[in-house]
Formats: sequence, C-alpha cells, structure tokens
Amino acid sequence: MTGTAANGGESFAFTPENRAKADAVIAKYPAGCQASAVLPLLDLAQRQNGGWISQAVMEHVAELLDMASIRIYEVATFYTMLNLEPVGRHHVQLCRTTPCWLRGSDALRDACREELGIGLGGTTDDGLFTLTEVECLGACVNAPMVQIDDHFYEDLDPARMKEILRAFRAGNPPESGPQTGRQTSAPASGLTTLTEL
Amino acid sequence: MTTLTIDGAEITVEPGSTVMQACIEAGKEIPHFCFHDRLSIAGNCRMCLVEMERSPKPIASCAMPAADGMVIRTDTPQVKKAREGVMEFLLINHPLDCPICDQGGECDLQDQAMAYGRHFSRFDEGKRAVRDKDVGPLIETIMTRCIHCTRCIRFADEIAGVEEFGAVFRGEHMEIGTYVEKAVSSELSGNMIDLCPVGALTSKPYAFVARSWELRTTETVDVLDAVGSNIRVDARGTEVLRVVPRLHDDINEEWLSDKSRFAYDGLRRRRLDRCYVRRNGALEAASWAEAFDAIAAAADGLDGSQIAALAGDTADCESMTALADLMAALGSPNLDCRQDGARLDATSRVSYLFNTTIAGIEEADAILLVGTNPRWEASLVNARIRKRWRRGGLKVGVIGPQMDLTYPYHHLGDGPQSLATLAKGGDAFADVLKMAEKPMLIVGMGALTRPDGAQVLAHARAVAEATGMVADGWNGFNVLHTAAARVGGLDLGFVPGEGGCDTAAICEGAASGGIKLLYLLGADEIALERPENCFVVYQGHHGDAGARLADVILPGAAYTEKDGTYVNLEGRPQRAYAASAPLGDAREDWRILRALSARLGKPLAYDTLDELRVRMVERAPALAAIGEITPAPWGEFGAAGAMDDAPFACPIGDFYLTDPITRASQTMTECSAAFVAAAEEARADG
Repeated sequence: MTGTAANGGESFAFTPENRAKADAVIAKYPAGCQASAVLPLLDLAQRQNGGWISQAVMEHVAELLDMASIRIYEVATFYTMLNLEPVGRHHVQLCRTTPCWLRGSDALRDACREELGIGLGGTTDDGLFTLTEVECLGACVNAPMVQIDDHFYEDLDPARMKEILRAFRAGNPPESGPQTGRQTSAPASGLTTLTEL
Repeated sequence: MTTLTIDGAEITVEPGSTVMQACIEAGKEIPHFCFHDRLSIAGNCRMCLVEMERSPKPIASCAMPAADGMVIRTDTPQVKKAREGVMEFLLINHPLDCPICDQGGECDLQDQAMAYGRHFSRFDEGKRAVRDKDVGPLIETIMTRCIHCTRCIRFADEIAGVEEFGAVFRGEHMEIGTYVEKAVSSELSGNMIDLCPVGALTSKPYAFVARSWELRTTETVDVLDAVGSNIRVDARGTEVLRVVPRLHDDINEEWLSDKSRFAYDGLRRRRLDRCYVRRNGALEAASWAEAFDAIAAAADGLDGSQIAALAGDTADCESMTALADLMAALGSPNLDCRQDGARLDATSRVSYLFNTTIAGIEEADAILLVGTNPRWEASLVNARIRKRWRRGGLKVGVIGPQMDLTYPYHHLGDGPQSLATLAKGGDAFADVLKMAEKPMLIVGMGALTRPDGAQVLAHARAVAEATGMVADGWNGFNVLHTAAARVGGLDLGFVPGEGGCDTAAICEGAASGGIKLLYLLGADEIALERPENCFVVYQGHHGDAGARLADVILPGAAYTEKDGTYVNLEGRPQRAYAASAPLGDAREDWRILRALSARLGKPLAYDTLDELRVRMVERAPALAAIGEITPAPWGEFGAAGAMDDAPFACPIGDFYLTDPITRASQTMTECSAAFVAAAEEARADG
C-alpha cells in the first residue's frame, strides 16, 4: 500500500450506455452537488474496467464530476469494495470475521488454496480468480460464507467451496445463497415454528 | 452575544464562536492540534476535549458552537484524564525520534505531551511505519510522524487552492498522500511546514542544519516581492539559516510565499565581499580607497548631465535618499528607480499605490485584473483574493494572459482593446463593476512597463472613475508592484529631474556615450550590454548582471544585513533590521554613498542613520509613519492617447528567479526546474 495511485497507463471512458447511466445518477443530485455521485460512478466504472479502478478511471470520474483527482483517490482507497489493483475475472471475497472464523473460514481458505493454488491476496495464473480476505459481509447467520463477484455463497464447507470454484471455472456459476438447502437464514436444523402452514 | 460559564466564571463572546474560542478568551489554555483559526474546523485530533454540563461525554471544544447558558469545565479530573488518553493514542504510532527530528524544540506534540500527557506508555506492540512521500524540493516528509490532523490538506484546499493533498486509506492504514507522487504545485507550500504540528512536514533546505534554540532571531520584512511580508530571520553566526513568517493581519496574515521563505541560501552564494576595479579589461580585487579613487577619476570634469543613476528592486529608502542627494549634488537630473521602465507617475501618489490595501480586498465584491498574474507577482495578494472569493459573492475579470489563479474568473480579453471597450462600458463586466458596492481594479506591471503604459494607466483610471471605484472611504484603484524598492523610490522622487533621462534613455545614453558615468544601486534587471564609453559603478551584494557591466564594484549589504526602510505596495513604510553583519569588506549601502560623496568633494549632510532618516522623511513625508498607510488623495494621472494593440504580457517569466538573491539560490533553481520548467514542458507536450 502506498500513498499514491497505481499507474494503469491505459485510457478509460464510459461506454455510451454506461455514460447514460452515469448521467442518470448525477441527475439525482442538485446542481453543484454532483460530487455525491462519486460512489455509484466508481462502481459503474469498476464494472466496465474489468473489476478494478485504474488511474485512468479515477481521472475520468474526476473530470465527469469536476472533482480533484485526490478526492476520488481518497474515496477509492476508503472503500474495500473498490479494487485499486487488477483482479481476476471472478473476485472471491472470503469473510474471516469472528462468526465465519468460528464456523470454519480457515478451512475454506485452505480449500481455495488447494483448488486454486493461491493464498489470500493472490490471483490465479490464468487470471480467472482472485482471492481476498474481507471483514464481515453481514451474513453471519449463514457462516461461513464467501462473496464471489456480486453474489453470496453461504453455509459452506471445504468440499462445497471447491465444487463452486470448479463450477465457476467451467463457466457455469452455481445458484447463490445457502448451499445446504435451507431457505435463506431459516434455522439450520429445520423450522421450529410455523411448521404447519 | 452569547454568555456561558467557563470554570465557574461567566464570559460573553461573539455569536458564532466555538467553545474553544470562548475558553481562550477566558484565559484558559486548551491543547489542540487540528484546530487552526485560519482553516476550516476538522475536529479530528480530539485533544481539545472539555467537560460540558449535562453531556455524558467530554466534548471537542473546537467544533462545538458556544451557546447561551453552557457550563464548561476545563480543569476537572475527567478533562485531565481525557487529554491523557487522547495523547496516549496520538503517541501510539508516533516515533520517539525527537532527538533527530527537526521539529524538536518547537513541536506542538512535544510540548503538549509534556504538559498534558502521561509520563509513560502502555503500548508494547509494534508501531506502524509509513512510506515518505516526495512532494518536491521544499518540503521534507517523514510520514511516520504524522498524527493526521489534516491541517496540510485543509491548507492546500482552502488557502493555497491546489487540491493535491488528501487522506488516503482508512483506519490504521490512513495516511496523508497525493494522488500521484509529484511536487506540490503551490507558491505557498512552505506554510504547510509551519502548520504541521509535528515533524512530518519539515523544511528540506533546513534539514539537520540547526536546532531552534541555537538561532538568533531578527524580526524584519521581506523584500523579494513588493508585498512587504513580515518575516523573522533566524541566523547563527553570519549565516542566515531560515526565514519564517511573522503575524501581520493586514499584510501577510501568517503566511509567506515560497520565494521569500526559501531564497535565503542565495545570500551565501555569488556574494560580493570586496571592492573590484576593472584594469585591462578584467575585474581585480581592490581596496575601498582604490575603488573610490577610480570613481573620482571617472567623475572628474563630468557635467551633471553626463552622470546617471539607477536604483534596483531591493534598494532601501535610506540608500536611495543618499544616492538621490548625491546626484543632486553632482548636478545630475538622470536618475530612475523604475528599472523595468514602468510608466508610473511619481507626482501622483494615488496613481502608483495599492490604494484598497491588502486587507481591503476582503471588502471588495468585484475585481478587475489588468495585465497581472498576482499569483506570481504578489502571492499573498492573490491568497487574499482567494480568501475573499471563498466567502462567496466575488466576481473577478481578467484582461491579459490567462492563467490558473486558484479561483475562477471571466477572461475579458488579452490586451488594451478590451480595457478600452470596458472603459466605454461596452462589456458586460463593466455592469458588474458598476453594480458592485466596492469594486476594485488591479493594474500590473505587465500593462505598465509597455511604451504605452501611461495610456493604459489613463484608461484604467477611466474605468475606475466610470464604475464608481473611488468613493468616500473606498479607493478601488490599485497598482500591483513587483519590486520592494519601487514605491519607496517613487515616494522619494527617485525619478528623472527636469530634462533628465529615464531608465531607457539612460541605458541608451550609456551605450551611445552620452552618459559617461552610470551608478547602479543594485540594478540588475536592465537591458544594457557592457558599454564602451561609459564608466559603470555597481553597488550591490551579488555578482549578477549589474556587476558584469561594472568598472568598479562596491560591495553592499543584502536585506538581511542592514537596517533600512522599505515601502510596500500599499504605501506602508516598514523597517527592516540587520540579522547579521555584511560580508567581508561590504558595508551598509547608505554608508558607502556617504563615504563616496566625501571622496567626490560633495559630502552629504548626514553622518548617522537617524540624521539620514530625517532627510528621508523630508523628501517623502509619508515615510514618517512607520507601519502606517498614509492614504493618497485621488487625482489626475496617466496620459491621454491611443494604446498599442499588443496583448499584455506577464512581467515575471519565472516566479522563483526574479532577482540576484533568488538567482543565486540553489533551492530556487531547483524549484524553477521542478515547477516552472516542468509546467512549460507539459504545455509544449500537451
């Protein structure tokens, strides 16, 4: 981690569709307050840019919102959802905060290492996966869990973790949500109330 | 008015004050780091915690507005404990390197840790380290020492107008950084060093040079621009080791431009410390007697009209008085203090002053800039305009080159035509000026050093009169000078006498042989090749352009080495004091002139500085009131006639290299390469 932005070297501009979305976001805020649109725009730009925010992305957003580049950089470094380094095609975010840790996130990390050959912070050689450690994603009831791209995969064990990664590699992402068959965060051992409906 | 109780005593403060301001008014010392009264409130260091009645937790007094009936306590065990706790947290990641820190001895954190901290630490874990940033040739960064008060960020945003610093990453990983690693492109960046309450930002040229308690301080004024910033010169032995600003609310507040702050290393390079006489084409070291003999021989038998004198940009009023008197004694009307050729009228004081005053800018609501880049010509005037702009409701119009002034403006045109149009009311901005309650205009040397400068001045006067800039209690007509000696020189009448030559004519006469003896008092910025048939005397402190022309060099004193009077662009005379003695054989400039006058058989009528100052005030009564501005009455000035169509140009090509001292300074040369040359390259590429 350094105090200055990593140089991407390439240029960036919103596609016409994304530009229209960006304009729609900016239009939500009163004139002169367009800086409020910085987070949605960075997210939009990150999606267009293959999952990370390069220097060119920050400069484009800065120009669009009439902000200084350093103000964009402050926001981009504050939020972990914004990646300042290139990531693989699938970004696996492994929750290691206390509930997930107690429920076996270490085993999931080992499973990822075995399946992908990378540790936390690593990217596979084929550029398909990046594995990062994150703080609580708010799905503690279904711990342990990971977020892959935009989706939560919950109630995991090492075997299921590997299966999911294989499915992603095959280009066939599995259904997101709890992987044990339970409905959302209903009791893991089956319903205890409202059993007769 | 708001009345509240602080430590049992009632106090009444201005509405809108903070609890901290109220406490300070009540005579209570409130420790703080992030709060600074010229910056916005951040409230993030938490050192200023005080106890408020009915609040379960202590409050940050810098961010809490004072309200009627508040009961504040600053002396309870809870407050003491809160401060100790905050200090303990601040010191968690702060290295214990005071013995090798340049801030040591004048460090807020050091002082407050002594006064308000515990005498031990309970922190056994590893301290974090932060990579240092390269922010240019002026500021040394040791980012591990940073306590994240964010003063530097706020200064860059608010005062300097360059949004380049920011707080990046968060929590434990937060650090102060820039977007890409680059030098801070501000002419006021040095002030961050003063603002930094710890040793995270320190002066690069001063790094490991001295400890603050070893220095001998002298309170004086700066002469590297015409603002007359109040400075403190810190010296050890004969060497000036640093220059820092002094508080003067009407001039520089507590800021200083980088040129004034960092050019001091030029004071020990390329200095003239002995007399030189040119023999067989080469300058050879000589004694004072030999030098004076050579001048006397050259002056022998000359008519007054064959003798001329020019005063440079940093000449003090005393030496200009002495030189003007000497020229009068020699019967010469050929003298000029406007070595840049500015078409200024010495007979009308109002025509060459910054009449609104620098503090007065804060009252203005519309400003017209004509042929000037205040950011380079007078950085602190520009900072004041920006301060006014930030308050809102200020409209700025510019006639001249377009540049980044750190605030938005309407560009009305490049040259005199736009001024003429404006004078006739044919521009929308004319209405802006007319509608404004307190409009002002600032004419720069870019508009006045041209051959048609007097006509430009007349048109500027026409604009001022047509838009109601001159009214009771308000004078919106301003001239922006670039040289510290100029206003003083004009006040003293250091201008051509009856039938005398001005700068251009003197240079021409020296080249053609009409002028046989030319006396340069620190004049280095003149367009003159070494003349064949003219004997040139250069009196000054640096071996610069003027010394190269000279047949005799008389070593004078730089501004930190003599007591003198300087008049700033507002017309405010201020005293400068010697921080060290002149180098080698060099002498104070007025003494050289007094001694020379005796050798030439025309002794001046004063032997002491006090007697000379009496004569100086005789010549220029406005110089009597030191530190005060004597307002000048409105009058006729300028010359009627058409103006040339050529666009106005900036009188300063390079902010960092404007006079012999800055040109001799290594720091300034580095700055010029890092900022000016880099910017020009970028423009050429872009």
